[in-house]
Amino acid sequence: MAMVLNDDQQLLKESAKNFCRQNSPLSVLRRLRDEKDKIGFDKDIWNQMLELGWAGMAIPETYGGFDFGYGGLGIVLEESGRTLTSSPLISAILLGATAVNEIGSDEQKREILPKVVAGELIISLALDENISHAPNQITTSAKKDTNSFIINGEKTFVLDGHVADKFIVVARTAGETDNKQGISLFLVDANTAGVSITRTFMVDNRNSAKIKFEDVNVLSSALLGEVDKGFATLDYVLDIARIGLAAEMLGSTQEVFDRILEYLKQREQFGVLIGSFQGLQHRAANMYSEIELCKSVVRAALAGLDNKNADRVEIAELASIAKAKLSEVFFLVSNEGVQMHGGIGMTDEFDIGFFIKRARVAQQYLGDASFHRDRYASLKNF
Amino acid sequence: MNMQLQALDDFRSAAREWLEENCPPSMRTPMVQEEIAWGGRNAHYENPESKIWLERMAEKGWTCPTWPAEFGGGGLNKEEAIILNEELRRINARPALTSFGISMLGPVLLEYGSHEQKMEHLPKIVRAEIRWCQGYSEPGSGSDLASLKTKAELQGDHYIINGSKIWTSYADKADWIFCLVRTDFEVPKHSGISFILFDMASKGVSTKPIQLISGASPFCETFFDDVKAPVENLVGRLNDGWTIAKRLLQHERTMISSFGLASGQSDRGGTTSTVDSVEGVAMRYRGDTDKLSDPVLRDDIAQFKIDSTTFALTSQRSVEESAQGQGPNATSSMLKNYGCELNKRRSELLMRAIGSQGLGWEGEGFEEHELLVTREWLRSKANSIEGGTSEIQLNVIAKRVLGLPDILSMSKTKKK
Repeated sequence: MAMVLNDDQQLLKESAKNFCRQNSPLSVLRRLRDEKDKIGFDKDIWNQMLELGWAGMAIPETYGGFDFGYGGLGIVLEESGRTLTSSPLISAILLGATAVNEIGSDEQKREILPKVVAGELIISLALDENISHAPNQITTSAKKDTNSFIINGEKTFVLDGHVADKFIVVARTAGETDNKQGISLFLVDANTAGVSITRTFMVDNRNSAKIKFEDVNVLSSALLGEVDKGFATLDYVLDIARIGLAAEMLGSTQEVFDRILEYLKQREQFGVLIGSFQGLQHRAANMYSEIELCKSVVRAALAGLDNKNADRVEIAELASIAKAKLSEVFFLVSNEGVQMHGGIGMTDEFDIGFFIKRARVAQQYLGDASFHRDRYASLKNF
Repeated sequence: MNMQLQALDDFRSAAREWLEENCPPSMRTPMVQEEIAWGGRNAHYENPESKIWLERMAEKGWTCPTWPAEFGGGGLNKEEAIILNEELRRINARPALTSFGISMLGPVLLEYGSHEQKMEHLPKIVRAEIRWCQGYSEPGSGSDLASLKTKAELQGDHYIINGSKIWTSYADKADWIFCLVRTDFEVPKHSGISFILFDMASKGVSTKPIQLISGASPFCETFFDDVKAPVENLVGRLNDGWTIAKRLLQHERTMISSFGLASGQSDRGGTTSTVDSVEGVAMRYRGDTDKLSDPVLRDDIAQFKIDSTTFALTSQRSVEESAQGQGPNATSSMLKNYGCELNKRRSELLMRAIGSQGLGWEGEGFEEHELLVTREWLRSKANSIEGGTSEIQLNVIAKRVLGLPDILSMSKTKKK
């Protein structure tokens, strides 16, 4: 398993790092927040990211992508995590495009993916219904009519839901609330009658929405994948997204840690640099160790996604390990980020607060540490 | 490139074939403490196949696969060594030889030793003829190792060594010692230390085992009373021993960190009981079939396994990275520290897994493997003390890796 970047990946990393630093620094997110921006991300920056080919990184060339693998997408996500870049990279690319690419028919892929890669279409996954991630607890229903399905239900935490053109709606076509059987996925246009969207302003200043589906009528051709059998492939798509999100969290975590180190080497109290205090040194050294572990698992998981021989159980394990570990470590480091900066750390003027806010959202999205420990234990049969 | 890959493939086939023919059946079963092969003049083999396996591996130089052939090693490059290791793991082969000569002294002799010293000592390590011990800590010099006081004075063509060491692992069983001695008392503490080798059978050397809380006595007190060591046994330059000492510590930490991988084949605790998974043991003792019934223990075990998996990936990444460049670096402190903490966590979880059956000390009412869980739990407490305490490792990370300022040097400059 190659955990060291190859030359192409190294180049991509450098260019992504420079781009994010120069074109989408943290001040952009602050501005979007202060202006209560209607879109919630910067369209110019997103267009430049599209021009760099980031959206098509993991999409096959046949469908307008660049076939650079999930390793490439992970690198881009990691670097965008360093500057907390707000963009549809997670909603439309990591989740939306991946879902279509992994589950869709050839026809659906031909129709949708080139548009997503070109930025003409934002497609978002409408999955969660409760306060915590539970992808098999679906009550939103899709009832079969002659040539169509009627969807009813409410979704929450739908990333970029207020600006999405299309949703992938996870709905129940059979079975009880908890069953993995009986779950189906539908492509629903945002402007379909019966869809109402409420933008929710999240603590991390990224965008999501609550969405209500009231007697929404979609044609049978809107079905993504097989009826009733959507869960397994959905879970695989979620695993890909969990790994990608872990990569973004790794970038943010490293950035906070770099800022902590810089502060420890510059702030003086009692006539010495505070970085000389053992009470802070050991905490920094522990964080460093945990971050090294995080790098390894993110790289290994991304390499796993690009390894054609890896089976899905293996990927599921790696995804849960990565998401559990990064959730814990981003939590730790973002908390320490505020604490170790002392007074300035609690001010809005100082940027470190943006990271602790992002941490909590990223921790919960697609399953927090305890969700993934439980899932991992089940995967390991205990 | 293709030729290189072809050569590696050929090497793998040849290694696999050789191992199939030469690794005795019992050497493909999990290691048991009493059968660890340490070599040395007084080597004793509980299992005769241990000896056969050791001799065959030593013959190929594969006890030290990457050491140059001229010193008896296998002469393999890093890629070949990784393949050999994979092939050994494939058949669950036990380590043919466990030795501080391999893991600690050898690498620094290769780097700092004279040609004569290499010719003299390395082949004997490869062939398990000499068992080495490490003379580092002293009663007054634990974490502050550089304050050591054992002294070596030049008299003609010999050094006369006086002083004592403590926590010397297996000093009572070792043939030779690599030892830190003070050769200059007038200079700052790091600048007056030398690195010297001598025979433990020399006149004036005595040892006394120390009993630990686990009941075992892997460490000794070691005393030197006018011990004579020839000048040619000094490694590196006079008074420059601290450089070698630190380098050797990096190798030692790399070795100790491997215990966190739950390899089940170490000398510092963790043998038979590591064969079973913690969760398997916990479920068996509770009669659980498909899910561990104690939800808190289940969550803690999951967290432990997640951490140990990511740790194993990190060790692997460190190998991949060093295959592209340098030897062990300051990350060895990180690996040592994390590996030891993991090993301790595993022991604590095993204790919880078997409940009151883990509270026995000896005698009836407890299975042997249960008593072992208890003893290994106690033994594991030493993991974060030996080879540099966890606190020292964190200091090393803070200073060498993170570049944080040293409080001691800062307060000194302040006084001036």
